[in-house]
Amino acid sequence: MRSTRKRRLLAATAVSATMVLALGACAGGGTETPGADARGDITIWYSNNESEIAWGKQMVEAWNADHPDEKVKAQEIPAGKSSEEVIGAAITAGNAPCLVFNTAPVAVPQFEKQGGLVDLGTFKDGVSYIEKRSGDTAAQYQNADGKYFQMPWKSNPVMIFYNKDLFTKAGLDPENPKLATYDEFLATARTLVKSGAAENAIHPSPTSEFFQSWFDFYPLYAAETGGTQLIEDGKSTFANKDGEAVAEFWKTLYDEGLAGKETYQGDSFADGQAAMSIVGPWAVSVYKDAVNWGAVPVPTSAGTPADETYTFSDAKNVGLFTACKNKATAWDVLKFATSEEQDGQLLELTGQMPLRTDLTGTYADYFKANPTYEQFGDQASRTVEVPSVSNAVAGWQAFRNAYSKAVIFGEGDIPTALSDAAKKIDALVAKE
Amino acid sequence: MSTVAERQPSSGSASLPDGGGRARRRRRLALGRNPIGLLLSAPYLIFVLAVFAYPLVFAVWMSFHDYFFAAPGAQVERPFVGLENFQEVLADPAVIRSFGNVGIFLLINVPLTVVLSLVLATGLNKVVRFRTFLRVSYFVPYVTASVAVVGVWLFLFSGNGLVNQLLGPLAPDPTWLINSAWAMPTIAFFVTWKQLGFFILLYLAALQNVSEELYEAAATDGAGKVRSFFSVTIPGVRPATVLVLLLATVTGANLFTEPYLLTGGGGPNGASASPVLLMYQRGIEQGSPDVAAAIGVILVIAVLILAWIQRKVAGGDES
Repeated sequence: MRSTRKRRLLAATAVSATMVLALGACAGGGTETPGADARGDITIWYSNNESEIAWGKQMVEAWNADHPDEKVKAQEIPAGKSSEEVIGAAITAGNAPCLVFNTAPVAVPQFEKQGGLVDLGTFKDGVSYIEKRSGDTAAQYQNADGKYFQMPWKSNPVMIFYNKDLFTKAGLDPENPKLATYDEFLATARTLVKSGAAENAIHPSPTSEFFQSWFDFYPLYAAETGGTQLIEDGKSTFANKDGEAVAEFWKTLYDEGLAGKETYQGDSFADGQAAMSIVGPWAVSVYKDAVNWGAVPVPTSAGTPADETYTFSDAKNVGLFTACKNKATAWDVLKFATSEEQDGQLLELTGQMPLRTDLTGTYADYFKANPTYEQFGDQASRTVEVPSVSNAVAGWQAFRNAYSKAVIFGEGDIPTALSDAAKKIDALVAKE
Repeated sequence: MSTVAERQPSSGSASLPDGGGRARRRRRLALGRNPIGLLLSAPYLIFVLAVFAYPLVFAVWMSFHDYFFAAPGAQVERPFVGLENFQEVLADPAVIRSFGNVGIFLLINVPLTVVLSLVLATGLNKVVRFRTFLRVSYFVPYVTASVAVVGVWLFLFSGNGLVNQLLGPLAPDPTWLINSAWAMPTIAFFVTWKQLGFFILLYLAALQNVSEELYEAAATDGAGKVRSFFSVTIPGVRPATVLVLLLATVTGANLFTEPYLLTGGGGPNGASASPVLLMYQRGIEQGSPDVAAAIGVILVIAVLILAWIQRKVAGGDES
């Protein structure tokens, strides 16, 4: 009797141990993701702007020419209020493509929670490929457990674009604009508006969408702090002197009527309604014939040298989705699309910066031939990404609400607003 | 013998307790007097069940669970959380404010819609020349996409817009859509103007059923045009008024496009945020459909209560 019980106990222990080991293997990586070794045709989505379509088409053509048994079918991301909503719906419906070359980092934690994304570390060379290509920057794209559910792809480091003609009209030196410190920036802004050269010195969108702070507060906060994310180690970082300095700077612009509080219908910078704008290198081709522009890094209170100034990356990455049947092909296509050659094509065709180390050195010929992009290439090495944390969108919305109230519309005091927003964000990040 | 008797066709008399009669009664109980009617109404019934009933029941279920959208096959836990989502929603000042905002909206929009559409429909009913042109003119905003019309209103109500230029020193500061006090009323005026054409059509149809003899009798009794309007027209179109009240309330409570586009996401400072806009933010953007469903359930209950009150006050039972 006793020996029978012992045998049962041993058998149960053996079965349990096998199950634990099997589960542990699944959680620990390797190639246990379903379909990780499968090869065949795949579908990918890319952005719907003209230059990225051109890049996508040539990339797919090049791949398909060499892989007749693993064809890539590509299409633009279906229309919706935003790409993130379309991708989220596709994940839920189970019809997401294999790869999306327009995955916003802020949405990645949510897609991961939905079970929609593949941990790229489950591919044998996954982590090493990402870290070799993107260097230290890659760390910003890890989740809280240090896993990569996104491939860092390209950034659009934002800078201050200024209209040289309007600066000249206001009696300012268009070749050496005084925009490095907050005091200089404010003095320049006052001159621009008082002279009548422009209705607004600068006009970032004043609306309440969660992402709008990426183009007013966040770039300046990244610069002021030397590259600190809004949330680090699960805690908000902005309720301090640095955050307050940035917020006070913007508040002064709004209070003095130097920045517009109303939504502008159209492009205020292209229309000459605003003399400055915060945009990335995608804007170079857009404003090429419309505005006689120059670009400088975003200001800081002390006037940080250009080659030390951080900014917001405005990156778009690539996600590999669990709905994909042929994941091995998808991973190979992903590596092909982010190879040195294809990154060069991306730079050439879109002007956007591949998230890879030594960008200006690797593509020295391109930057020599296109000097207007050189400062963006340099800036790309000092960028800050949105934090990859749970409830990221809700956190940014909480921040935007507080910022909008205290800074744009001047209600309440800034330290309290930032402190309250920080508490809300910390609670959201702590929530699963 | 008894078997034969059971198999005999029924004579049609309901009093006969034979098996055929029982079977027919059972069929009639199950399918009603006109089974073909059930067949004909089945497509719409299926539509209502699939498009309205199922989502509503599912939303109620979601609001009591820790729910989020997940990929098919993903192992996720969705535990029952009781009233937790409702507690979160009711403790959120932004949600409370959104219900207050939509209350302001309804207080302006619903009476304005009823009064304007009735007055304009009565006027249109009397007009002989340009009748078609005028009817089409009122209807055009209703059929035009909000996205297109919003651009025109942004132009009209911006700081340097036409409205402020006409008002001169009387223009509000900050201007309409970025003014906490004026943002929601401006949206209410916009929606009233946009939907007026549809409600005018409803009243025009109702006015065709008001007998001309009633007006003649009122005139014989010495009633002028204003008295006739209050004593004949308004009671004559009461069923339409109940319908207009109900539709204006339901569509108003579901306000989304206008705060999303006209005030850039419910600004300034949430002064024009509506419950449905928050449902979109929480459910779709922020990935918390459970919380969004809780807001939705509260909104449905609030609208049902409002509709019941309106029906009682406006005399819907008589219709």
